[in-house]
Amino acid sequence: MAPPAIELRGVVKRFGANTVLDGLDFSVAKGDRVTLIGPSGSGKTTILRLLMTLEESDAGLILVDGDPYTHEMKGRRRVALSERRRSLVRKRVGMVFQQFNLFPNMTVLENIVEAPVHVLGISKEQAVHRAKELLDQVGLGDKADARCTQLSGGQQQRVAIARALAMDPEILLLDEVTSALDPELVADVLGVLREVAETTDITMLIVTHEMQFARDVSNRVLMFDHGRIVEEADPETMFSAPREERTQEFLKAVLAG
Amino acid sequence: MSDVWSWQRAADVLPFILEGFKVTLLATFVGTAIAAVLGLVVALARRSSNRWLTVPLGVAVEFVRSTPLLVQLVFAYLLLTDLSAMTIGFVVLGVHYATYMSEVYRAGIDAVPRGQWEAAKALNLPRARTWRAVVLPQAVRKTLPGLGNYAISMFKETPFLFAIGVVEMFTAAEQYGSRTFVYTEALTLVGILFLVASYPTSLLVRRLETRLA
Repeated sequence: MAPPAIELRGVVKRFGANTVLDGLDFSVAKGDRVTLIGPSGSGKTTILRLLMTLEESDAGLILVDGDPYTHEMKGRRRVALSERRRSLVRKRVGMVFQQFNLFPNMTVLENIVEAPVHVLGISKEQAVHRAKELLDQVGLGDKADARCTQLSGGQQQRVAIARALAMDPEILLLDEVTSALDPELVADVLGVLREVAETTDITMLIVTHEMQFARDVSNRVLMFDHGRIVEEADPETMFSAPREERTQEFLKAVLAG
Repeated sequence: MSDVWSWQRAADVLPFILEGFKVTLLATFVGTAIAAVLGLVVALARRSSNRWLTVPLGVAVEFVRSTPLLVQLVFAYLLLTDLSAMTIGFVVLGVHYATYMSEVYRAGIDAVPRGQWEAAKALNLPRARTWRAVVLPQAVRKTLPGLGNYAISMFKETPFLFAIGVVEMFTAAEQYGSRTFVYTEALTLVGILFLVASYPTSLLVRRLETRLA
């Protein structure tokens, strides 16, 4: 059987005295769309950030396709992998951020082409060709030469999605990608992501407050609280008949707001 | 009246002063170029994780910043007897201001949002490429007004080159004065030239500040 796309084994993450993840285990199969829900501070975003190596775990292992990613065990000791080895695994992972994080010193097209050319070594022409396809796909075919700062938040986020997809990731991490957007811009971004989910087999790990989106796109939902998985279910069950009291409370609060 | 100000004397001294003005401008341009490049190198080196590099460098930067330019000029001049006074003057100006400009760069680099670094990492950009394509273009944009202000300060401190015998504008005026025992016209012209050059430049820098802000 193929190894899971993502596997966390006993992952611990502390910020100072605050333990955000306390020995977390879970795995995501290839092609799965998993949504993480739960109150803020429950560790959802931390998981994505660990998977992008933006944070260092304090204990435990993270595996991608069964390969050690940030650390490996040498006997009983946990040792950090070199940046070179991490980057080999990191190539398979892409991320879209809440604040888009486009490079403001570049045009839209340059943002998308930058990494395929300088990381994957794809020719400029090929990268531009692909970037334009992706821009069409996210509905911004006419914005290739625009400055990012001239775009609305929703447009910027769609460029950021195209930028992540240009790297052909096996795993895509979506960190509250609509939270910074005005309500009327949310639909376009979610529409683009729905299409990505329908037309590709990219493994997705999604942190969102858009419960309808989570319901539509994901095939598994994990409810987090205090760095632990409280409940795990398919979206239908999770949203209509949650088992745990903590989940019921959370969903009631979110759906009311 | 004619003892106080003579147009004739002003006309006589002007060519000397303009010659000196060329040296003043040259010192400013060469000094600024050295300071801008060296300042960036220092700012980057100070971010290294190698303490054998950062600690001595930090001490050197503090040393240069906490001692007067005039003392540094004379000291280097007496120490480096093989080099021409002009070369020493330009280099010392450059090194002195590099320490200030390195702080401007540092602030500029720190001002690049963390999200930019994170996006670069998420795209797996190598470190060198992250610096060159993402961080520095954004940081330098923010540093331009600061660098410009230091270039103007340097321009106004070029008269210190007097101490090591480089004939820039002020030295030219001073030499003319000691030959003729009249300083008024020469020094007035020097003042006017400094004003004429630095005031518009500072307006330019201020415009740059508001435009890039």
